[in-house]
Amino acid sequence: MTAMPDVGIQSFGAYIPRRRIARSTIAAAHAWALPNLKGLAKGEKSFCGWDEDTITMAVEAGRDCLRGQTAASVSSLLLASTTAPYADLQNAVIVGSALRLAPTTSAIDLGGSTRAGLSALITACRSRDAQQLVVASEKRNAKPGSTQEMQYGSGAGALLVGEGSGLLARFLASESVSVPFVDHFRQSTEKFDYSWEERWIRDEGIAKIVPRAVKALLERIGRSSEQLAWFGLAGGPVGADKLVAKTLAIAPERILPDLQMQVGDTGAAHSLLLLIGALERAKAGDLIVVASFGQGCEIVAFEMLQPAAATGRRGLAGSVAKRFEETAYLKMLSFSGDIEIEWGMRAETDNKTALTTLYRASDQIYGFIGGRCESCGAVQFPRLATCVNCRTAHTQQPFALADEPAKLATFTADWLQYSPAPPMYMGLVQFDVGARLLMEIVDVGPAGIDVGTPLEMSFRIKEKDRLRHYDRYFWKAVPTS
Amino acid sequence: MATGIKDKVAIAGMGCSRFGERWDCSAEDLLVEAFNEALADAGIEHGRIGAAWYGSAMEKSVGNSAIPLSTALRLEGIPVSRVENMCATGTEALRGATYAVASGAVDIALAIGAEKLKDTGYGGLPVIGKGTLNDLWMPYGSAPAGFAQLAAGYRAKYRIDKKDLKHAIGRVSWKSHQNGAKNPKAHLRKAVELETILNAPMIAEPLGVFDCCGVSDGAACAIVTTPEIARSLGKKNLVMVKAIQLSASSGREQSTNQWDGSYVQNTRNAAKAAYAEAGIRNPRDELSALEVHDCFSITELVTMEDLGVSADGQAWRDVLEGVFDADGKIPCQIDGGLKCFGHPIGASGLRMVYEHYLQLQGRAGPRQLKNPQLGLSHNLGGVPYNGVCAISIVGLEGR
Repeated sequence: MTAMPDVGIQSFGAYIPRRRIARSTIAAAHAWALPNLKGLAKGEKSFCGWDEDTITMAVEAGRDCLRGQTAASVSSLLLASTTAPYADLQNAVIVGSALRLAPTTSAIDLGGSTRAGLSALITACRSRDAQQLVVASEKRNAKPGSTQEMQYGSGAGALLVGEGSGLLARFLASESVSVPFVDHFRQSTEKFDYSWEERWIRDEGIAKIVPRAVKALLERIGRSSEQLAWFGLAGGPVGADKLVAKTLAIAPERILPDLQMQVGDTGAAHSLLLLIGALERAKAGDLIVVASFGQGCEIVAFEMLQPAAATGRRGLAGSVAKRFEETAYLKMLSFSGDIEIEWGMRAETDNKTALTTLYRASDQIYGFIGGRCESCGAVQFPRLATCVNCRTAHTQQPFALADEPAKLATFTADWLQYSPAPPMYMGLVQFDVGARLLMEIVDVGPAGIDVGTPLEMSFRIKEKDRLRHYDRYFWKAVPTS
Repeated sequence: MATGIKDKVAIAGMGCSRFGERWDCSAEDLLVEAFNEALADAGIEHGRIGAAWYGSAMEKSVGNSAIPLSTALRLEGIPVSRVENMCATGTEALRGATYAVASGAVDIALAIGAEKLKDTGYGGLPVIGKGTLNDLWMPYGSAPAGFAQLAAGYRAKYRIDKKDLKHAIGRVSWKSHQNGAKNPKAHLRKAVELETILNAPMIAEPLGVFDCCGVSDGAACAIVTTPEIARSLGKKNLVMVKAIQLSASSGREQSTNQWDGSYVQNTRNAAKAAYAEAGIRNPRDELSALEVHDCFSITELVTMEDLGVSADGQAWRDVLEGVFDADGKIPCQIDGGLKCFGHPIGASGLRMVYEHYLQLQGRAGPRQLKNPQLGLSHNLGGVPYNGVCAISIVGLEGR
């Protein structure tokens, strides 16, 4: 009998929204009522622009993971989140369309708990079904003034799981514990989490459940906690990872950075981001264990085989580093919909999407696939019946633009038109391959933009439909630097 | 070979309502105001009008179809059409009426345009959908945001300092305010200091609030006929239609790298055709006055180059030297322009012709120019990279 081939991680990618807010800014806004928040006011956290959500971040993490890979060979996509926007509409299908995965790809949403990120990874590793893309993404909302508001961040992580040679890390084993320990919860119609006392979660929950499960897993694979090179714990209060490490006699320097100071707790995405942090640090032979707490826990063990080759991947480190600070707390509240600002009559526009048109043009809109004229070679968007350059009809072959380099040809900052993040930067974006279209430019930092600014594409919410709640997604341009 | 429209159609009469925030008027009231002036000016009976073209761009305020017009003017038993081509709508109405007369289909035709923007509820223009596919990808920019990009393209191409260009476009608006102050029908009738213009709140960079035209209510009207009928009505010094041309974007500017953002291709196309139709070889020397689509100051500036009255890259210098001032070589916006006369969209193209008509007949009062022969009107609809341009030229007989 031949041994089963190794299954493991072939690639990884991450996305953290560029916007960060200092916790001291949040605490200062609440100081009149909740002076004690000051005790948590260290570091900063990431938060989504109004046009970012679980789907858009998943797409960006997935793109980062698929750099240098063949998207068409992905056989299934697992999207884990507790904050996916649609309750009945496969969120993963939109993510897969934006990633230009084959229509025959299986797409699955997983949720129910912040441990779902690791659950998805375990499911993929155990199923051994060709090449699977596991994405965990979370846009974490929290009630203004809550400790969660101080702690929660947003982000997404993606892992490509497959078999055979060329793996970065080999899947060794997993361990699951499922008990009705309710540390926090949120009914599906509710906006915010409700949490129990942190000390109980830490002492009665994490301290008793996680070390026991880690030990059981290590025993099963014939390793000891001293052999652990990297350990990470998601889903607990700040410092819970150190507590578990101490119980298991894991040296403090072996604990993976918890991302608290730069990003915050990213819920379902957090365990994958910790694992990606390990993949960015580990050397061949390193034993990696990551646990995710939540109604018990999920635990995975990997053995590092080889560090990733350079592919222009942003990764976790790159995503954390790509940041700019927002100093307006009210902006964060407005972006998350927790404060309603009077935007005037221009905001009343009805953004009803013609679902018929959307389906006809779905590869153009979600996949950003324009056309290349077979007759004259002109690349163009949108892909219409007749070539914009040579006027020949029905010569357009699909041409993907999302990863093509581009520069700004014209622009303005529009203070008149309604935008949830004024001013709305827009301009003609000129792709090096020749295509050009009018686009919104977002995440413009303090450096600003000008004609010639290099741009990259980012999948975003174009408009929200406040009447029917079917949001339009399309691509926007972001300054590369 | 097409012979064109030159000298085939005469203007028998024109009318123009007062533009502005006409809170006490409906669109019908404005239509009647402009129409009655034109009818009296032409000296004809209502029943002599054989067909009518009605231009209105914003259905939200004036309704769709020809019926708002046929009801307002009680037009009975004649063909009435509504035309819409964004901000070039007024000229489209004139084109329909002029072509009808030139073809011999009717003896006397009416072109009338109106808009009641102040019934929409806000400053600036309403947001309009661009079709179910474009709505899925195209950003909804405001009108100023569309034109403000010309500034970025122009500045980059000619390497002009941001401050210098801002100063030049400010000078464009300053001049129109000087002119508008002398026009009793204008929406904005106040001269404004250049400093105030330059320091106004930003609308779409680099356009401040004074770089943007007025959003107004108003109506304008032309009654056109054959030169023979015009003479039979006792008209002297006939104002003739010399050219009407139009160009619409194919997508080349916004979808290929064949446009550098510093000019408006549609204007260049329409101007070339209109000059050929009118027999104009040197527009800078031959045109007496310009009424151009100064929806935004930067638009007027690049239009001077697109019309060939300024050399490419030189319009900003011509502006600063006063070439387009009331006492300059080619007065532009002598009535205040869109900037100060106002911009009730469907009426604007006809309002421009109205000013030339008065000037050519020596009826422009305190803003009368000396001995004008030919006047050019220019409308732009949409945005510089995706829009329409309409140009009409009117002039005296024998010119």
